[in-house]
Amino acid sequence: MNVSVKPGKLIKGQTGDWEVVIGMEIHAQVTSKSKLFSGASTEFGGEPNSHVSLVDAAMPGMLPVINEECVRQAVRTGLGLNAQINLRSVFDRKNYFYPDSPQGYQISQYKSPIVGEGEVVVELDGGKTATIGIERLHLEQDAGKLLHDQSPTMSYVDLNRCGVALMEIVSKPDIRDSEQAKAYVTKLRSILRYLGTCDGDMEKGSLRADVNVSVRKPGGPLGTRCEIKNMNSINFIGQAIEYEARRQIEIIEDGGTIDQETRLFDPNKGETRSMRSKEEAHDYRYFPDPDLLPLEFTQSYVDELKSKLPELPDQKKARFIEGLGLSPYDASVLVAERESAVFYETVLAGLADKARDGKLAANWVINELFGRLNKEGHGISDSPVSAAQLAAIVDLIGEGTISGKIAKDLFEIVWTEGGDPRELVEARGMKQVTDLGAIEKVVDDIIAANPDKVAQAKAKPQLAGWFVGQVMKQSGGKANPQAVNDLLKAKLGI
Amino acid sequence: MTDLTSMTIAEAKAGLANKSFTSLELTDAHLAAMEAARSLNAFVLETPDQARAMARAIDARIAKGEGGPLAGIPLGIKDLFATKGVRTTACSKILGNFVPPYESTVTSQLWRDGAVMLGKLNNDEFAMGSSNETSCFGPVVNPWRREGSNTTLVPGGSSGGSASAVAALLCMGATATDTGGSIRQPAAFTATVGVKPTYGRCSRWGIVAFASSLDQAGPMARTVRDSAILMRSMAGHDPKDTTSVDIGVPDYEAAIGKSVKGMKIGIPREYRLDGMPTEIEKLWSEGAAWLKAAGADLVEVSLPHTKYALPAYYIVAPAEASSNLARYDGVRYGLRVPGRSIGELYENTRAEGFGDEVRRRVMIGTYVLSAGYYDAYYLRAQKVRTLIKKDFEDCFAKGISAILTPATPSAAFGVGEKGGADPVEMYLNDIFTVTVNMAGLPGIAVPAGKDAQGLPLGLQLIGRPFDEETLFSLGEVVEQAAGRFTPQRWW
Repeated sequence: MNVSVKPGKLIKGQTGDWEVVIGMEIHAQVTSKSKLFSGASTEFGGEPNSHVSLVDAAMPGMLPVINEECVRQAVRTGLGLNAQINLRSVFDRKNYFYPDSPQGYQISQYKSPIVGEGEVVVELDGGKTATIGIERLHLEQDAGKLLHDQSPTMSYVDLNRCGVALMEIVSKPDIRDSEQAKAYVTKLRSILRYLGTCDGDMEKGSLRADVNVSVRKPGGPLGTRCEIKNMNSINFIGQAIEYEARRQIEIIEDGGTIDQETRLFDPNKGETRSMRSKEEAHDYRYFPDPDLLPLEFTQSYVDELKSKLPELPDQKKARFIEGLGLSPYDASVLVAERESAVFYETVLAGLADKARDGKLAANWVINELFGRLNKEGHGISDSPVSAAQLAAIVDLIGEGTISGKIAKDLFEIVWTEGGDPRELVEARGMKQVTDLGAIEKVVDDIIAANPDKVAQAKAKPQLAGWFVGQVMKQSGGKANPQAVNDLLKAKLGI
Repeated sequence: MTDLTSMTIAEAKAGLANKSFTSLELTDAHLAAMEAARSLNAFVLETPDQARAMARAIDARIAKGEGGPLAGIPLGIKDLFATKGVRTTACSKILGNFVPPYESTVTSQLWRDGAVMLGKLNNDEFAMGSSNETSCFGPVVNPWRREGSNTTLVPGGSSGGSASAVAALLCMGATATDTGGSIRQPAAFTATVGVKPTYGRCSRWGIVAFASSLDQAGPMARTVRDSAILMRSMAGHDPKDTTSVDIGVPDYEAAIGKSVKGMKIGIPREYRLDGMPTEIEKLWSEGAAWLKAAGADLVEVSLPHTKYALPAYYIVAPAEASSNLARYDGVRYGLRVPGRSIGELYENTRAEGFGDEVRRRVMIGTYVLSAGYYDAYYLRAQKVRTLIKKDFEDCFAKGISAILTPATPSAAFGVGEKGGADPVEMYLNDIFTVTVNMAGLPGIAVPAGKDAQGLPLGLQLIGRPFDEETLFSLGEVVEQAAGRFTPQRWW
């Protein structure tokens, strides 16, 4: 039992609390120009069978040749998962008949994977974290795609995806509830995207998960697991686990037993259903592929790749917290997506005083920009407000040229009309008034016109807020609030 | 015409170079011989138009003083090699009329060097067999007959078409492949020279796979020198085959005639089988005596795991074959026998497309790789393989240059005579040859004599990895001493 496993949310049954034990196999498509063992393109969305080499179609006498770029990407991913890199690994054949697999076997790694044990720290609600162990990562070929809707009597097969490199990333059974499971996939996806080893596009199937779920009494022996295959949405993974755990608990509490089986999740009904039982499981007859030599490389090759790894989300988060004083929550939000982090760092680079305004910039990126983007269905890549524009707005606030309130108006103008924020402030007279003489005149006028309010305020100082509001109103919001407060206090003698 | 077909490649090269005849004349002579010898069933596809076109093209190059090491030499190609635009079937019904849009690396190197293709040669289906009786095109007939007998004999297998065609003067040389003895055994049965190079010496790209870790292409020819000439063009590193080795290709022909004085030649005691025919024993002693006379030292050596080689081979080879042949499923090319479901389509296609021996091996292979049996069979066989390899390494470490053994336990047998009731009877043909494949070593079979019935017998020399040159030197000593053997033409 791994002592570092974070307890999860327990599920209440009729006989008490139940603990869910989850392990995941993530299939991540490797970002590479060509396939794992052939020169055919990996481009998505080509005409059916337009990216198929003689090797992919398993023509007689064809031989696989390893694509070194895929090896490089697998090693980089292993390093990103703080995992053991195996300098020698072996490709095996997994034998099965299906038209999506022209060779009649999938080339995979069975006993000796390229990457061994590692770990991933995942972010949970409330700034908590959990560490999920990685069992292994191996390289394997993806299968083709069957098309059943082209003819009433026949099925067609598209081999474009056949032979594309996948990384199968197997977690330890360290996940304890659906929140942790979702957080794990989110974090893994984030790491892969930072590394550029998988685009993480779940809709296109670039990242798919098989989820193993079992239940037990807390601290009790492990239960029989069911595997939910081919999940391609983080939300569905959460729903499927919740459903599956409750299904298993009900069966056990009714005196039944869980059959080890493969299940599918139906997102429309929100339930899992049986696909095949253990008895129907294939005998894949794994054996080392005699067409390929063992995959071997040196430690210096690994070291070289390690030295060129980009900064990963955990490192970036730590730097944001320590260097800029961001809260762990804000830092997590900013680093979760590589594009968000890049955007924020571009804003930072545009600031006149990073130390002073870095935190303010984080607030603006998270609250104003992300909030608005979400509301209007934009992504960070098509944000109407650029990082340079946002940096200018933050600069204007930080240096005291505009107030936070005016800044929101300015943001609105930049969002809808565009333009240089500093020029807009100048041209539209949005500058904060810090000229004490001008503010004093307004204050004097208001005091003179409202003797009754003056009397009330003197009796009850908290009523002075009314005067602040009046001054701000008359100045069009441009008066420096601090200056207004100071003047009022002096004039009203409070 | 007869003169043109009975020459060696070396002689033909000289004749072409000094313009005594053209490649077209040489090619036509062979095409005529092929036509006259159809009863041997050596060729499954004759390509006369292509042959003449290639010959004309090479004649034009020769006239300009160009050419190549094989300029104008007509060859036969085992049907296991993919030939672009020319039907390639591995002599299996399941490939039907498959015409590959690509050329195997080995054959493309032959054409690069100026050779001319006469056609595709018969072989055992997917190279599984030792008599060329499993071919879907029917058995090949050995041009050799027992003295005073009309019994039709097998040429051995799986490269039976190559052996028969070379022996019967239908082509000057041929490509062949050897997984457990498929070059050396038919060479011994037909008095031809067959070379199984070191594993990784020739590219496997474009050769229909039988057992990937054992398959190796090699030449068959009528003399040791000719086989050396062919080897040079066939060998070489190929980036498309990861198991091919990046070592320079030497001028093998230069090894012919090199002194073998002082070489230590091993005589493995484990190859002396109980009940071995005395004529095989005698042949073996004679071979040793010839090498000794040439100055080599004969040393008795031990290869203690020899007796496990054949059983281990018949686990490893079918295991790999069961997986390699999974691609013949009726979906993309070759034979398709429809069914009501994809499972039925597979079953119908494979049941009709594969012959008995192929089906037997696919079943054995599937069985030995199955969960619960893998450790007991496949893994154990691989361990045996490591021990066999080590036997040879220990031997070579003691300064042994090559090992001399008989090539086969008997001379050619009659069609339908063996393996009908018990397939193991047929498998025993490979007893002296499989060890070489299991260890990945080079081996050569050289004609060395005849049995009491006048049938040819061969000796095998086994060499160190990538030291084919020593085998050519030694092989030529045997050839010089034994003389050459040509069958009486009866067809």
